[in-house]
Amino acid sequence: MFAYVVRRLFIGVILLIVMSLVTFMLFFLMPQDPARVACGKNCSIAQIKQTEKALGYDKPALTQWVDFLQGVVVGREYPEDKTLREKAPELISDCAAPCLGYSRVNQVTVASEIKEAFPVSLSLAVLAFLMWIIGGVLFGVIAAVTKGTVIDRGIVALSLVFYAFPTFFIGLFLLKFIAIKWGLVDVPSYTTIAEGGIGGWLSNLFLPSLTLALFFMAGYVRMTRAFVLESMTEDYIRTARAKGLKRGPVLFKHTMRAALTPLVTMAGLDFAGLMGGAIITESVFNFNGLGKLVVDANVSYDLPTLIGLVVLLGAFVIVANIIVDVLYAVIDPRVRVA
Amino acid sequence: MSFLSVRDLRVHFPTIDGVVKATDGLSFDLERGKTLGIVGESGSGKSVSTSAILGLHRRTNAIVSGEILLDGVDLLKISDEDMRRRRGRDVAMIFQDPLSAMHPYYRVGNQIAEAYRVHHDVSKKAARARAIEMLDRVGIPQPDRRVDDYPHQFSGGMRQRAMIAMALINNPSLLIADEPTTALDVTVQAQILDLLQDLQRDFDAAVMIITHDLGVVAEMAHDVLVMYGGRCVEYGSTKEILTHPEMPYTWGLLSSIPEVGADPEAKLLPIPGNPPSLLNPPSGCHFHPRCTHRDKVPGDLCWTVSPELTPGTRGDGHLKRCHLANPDVVYEREVLPEIAPDLVEER
Repeated sequence: MFAYVVRRLFIGVILLIVMSLVTFMLFFLMPQDPARVACGKNCSIAQIKQTEKALGYDKPALTQWVDFLQGVVVGREYPEDKTLREKAPELISDCAAPCLGYSRVNQVTVASEIKEAFPVSLSLAVLAFLMWIIGGVLFGVIAAVTKGTVIDRGIVALSLVFYAFPTFFIGLFLLKFIAIKWGLVDVPSYTTIAEGGIGGWLSNLFLPSLTLALFFMAGYVRMTRAFVLESMTEDYIRTARAKGLKRGPVLFKHTMRAALTPLVTMAGLDFAGLMGGAIITESVFNFNGLGKLVVDANVSYDLPTLIGLVVLLGAFVIVANIIVDVLYAVIDPRVRVA
Repeated sequence: MSFLSVRDLRVHFPTIDGVVKATDGLSFDLERGKTLGIVGESGSGKSVSTSAILGLHRRTNAIVSGEILLDGVDLLKISDEDMRRRRGRDVAMIFQDPLSAMHPYYRVGNQIAEAYRVHHDVSKKAARARAIEMLDRVGIPQPDRRVDDYPHQFSGGMRQRAMIAMALINNPSLLIADEPTTALDVTVQAQILDLLQDLQRDFDAAVMIITHDLGVVAEMAHDVLVMYGGRCVEYGSTKEILTHPEMPYTWGLLSSIPEVGADPEAKLLPIPGNPPSLLNPPSGCHFHPRCTHRDKVPGDLCWTVSPELTPGTRGDGHLKRCHLANPDVVYEREVLPEIAPDLVEER
């Protein structure tokens, strides 16, 4: 098992290196010149060249990528231009390994940007995850058990509604009615646990997490329902009934154990994806999480931030994949690797 | 009265297209220590009928009617909870494919012990000890170690042995074996059948064995019930049915068996056509579209009138559902020479 995880991690690192390379190449293949955008409309060619140099985009793309990788391993110092560093030593900022880069647009290291934004996204993801897993599995099982009845149809129809409505609509709807019109909760703005205590943290996260959770929950209700119904037809469920087991153990022990296994995979990957930021939800509620950071970096052609986030989000997904695979072996004795 | 007495059992499934009559008026008796073989093609209603005895159709859309008297108690009239308590304790079942019939995520020993703990208020440890004892009884080597294996770590034959251990752990008085050897190798089949017979003697259980293999029937069963299209078409003692069958469908089953040592050039004689639809069964005798002897019956009786289950020509212990007036003669003169020429000479 240990060797397996090490091997998977090794492959993951290679994957991340390739991902960063592809992102670099895509960035420089864009028809838009980032220096021109940063400089503004009325720049002369000389000014654009100067900006390009200041932003560090003057070197060949491949060299920049190698510099980036080097920074990750041994760290870097910004700005790289020697003459500039001699002229204005107060500008020098150190970026220790693993250095993901320095955003010249925001004048900070990418690591500190992430440090700011990550807790927001993580909080959102954790709370939303709890809500949708509990709600999704609960309603999914209820729907499966009451298959064909009004309850089942109601749950399935409702989940379809939430699945079909875009997140920004549900988010704005909740914001408009629950927070603003009815005043049931304050208009959410992210507060850390240190600032507002657990209560303040929770109450501010409630609406955005609910927005996220409703969408995912809708999918999980339907998946859980399908998996439970499918495993109810398995031969071993008939065996369990033939033994004389009560309905409770048949459902919760025998059926659920089999039905929830595939859900673990989906849940792990969905959670990892969400840790990388919920772009729309964060924008609707104006939470400065990773999702918003990604969008802003795209709009301002901020390559260092973009690369840093791509690598980070990639790492989340890769690690989640490994965790899910290991978990799977714990759940299903048949896939335990020798 | 018999230990198990089934009277006019019907299991109907209402569907959008109409009522599927999976079992349509089945009656038979079975004593303790005796074995009944239920024979028929896939889809003839064998498994559905036995599931009804276990009450597995409860809380589904199936409509079950008739009487199932087990030791004088009608299993169709008792409450769901009462039925559940009898399941596994009074009536136990062994299924066809032991790999899919065991939960892949739980240890074999746990699954067997679970069956014991449902009906006995004992500690986990005691149930485990009992599971090991049963595994030993069904011939699993090193049962105290194998008890912690998962089903996929067992071989096919061992899995079926484990299923038998699970079924017999509560000492049931009625054991239903639903094609217990179909998924197994031939050599293992014989072992499992031996084991079942052995255990039946020890536990003095009534056994119903569902199969499409007349070889299994000849080996195991005291009585045979041949099913076709949800109905009993022939019923009697095994010896009688196998030596003097009086229903063309049974003849078909007999002639489809390959024989060891037979001329390799000789052709098997399968029954032409397909099993009937249970939704729209053929008119008259359900078997008439596939019957090669229907022209021996005068008029269009086979097409229009469904034959009753009547005593055979050799006595009332033998029941058959056929319009043929002299099935014994037809069998001796036309069927036997084709399927077993050597036997004809002996007679």
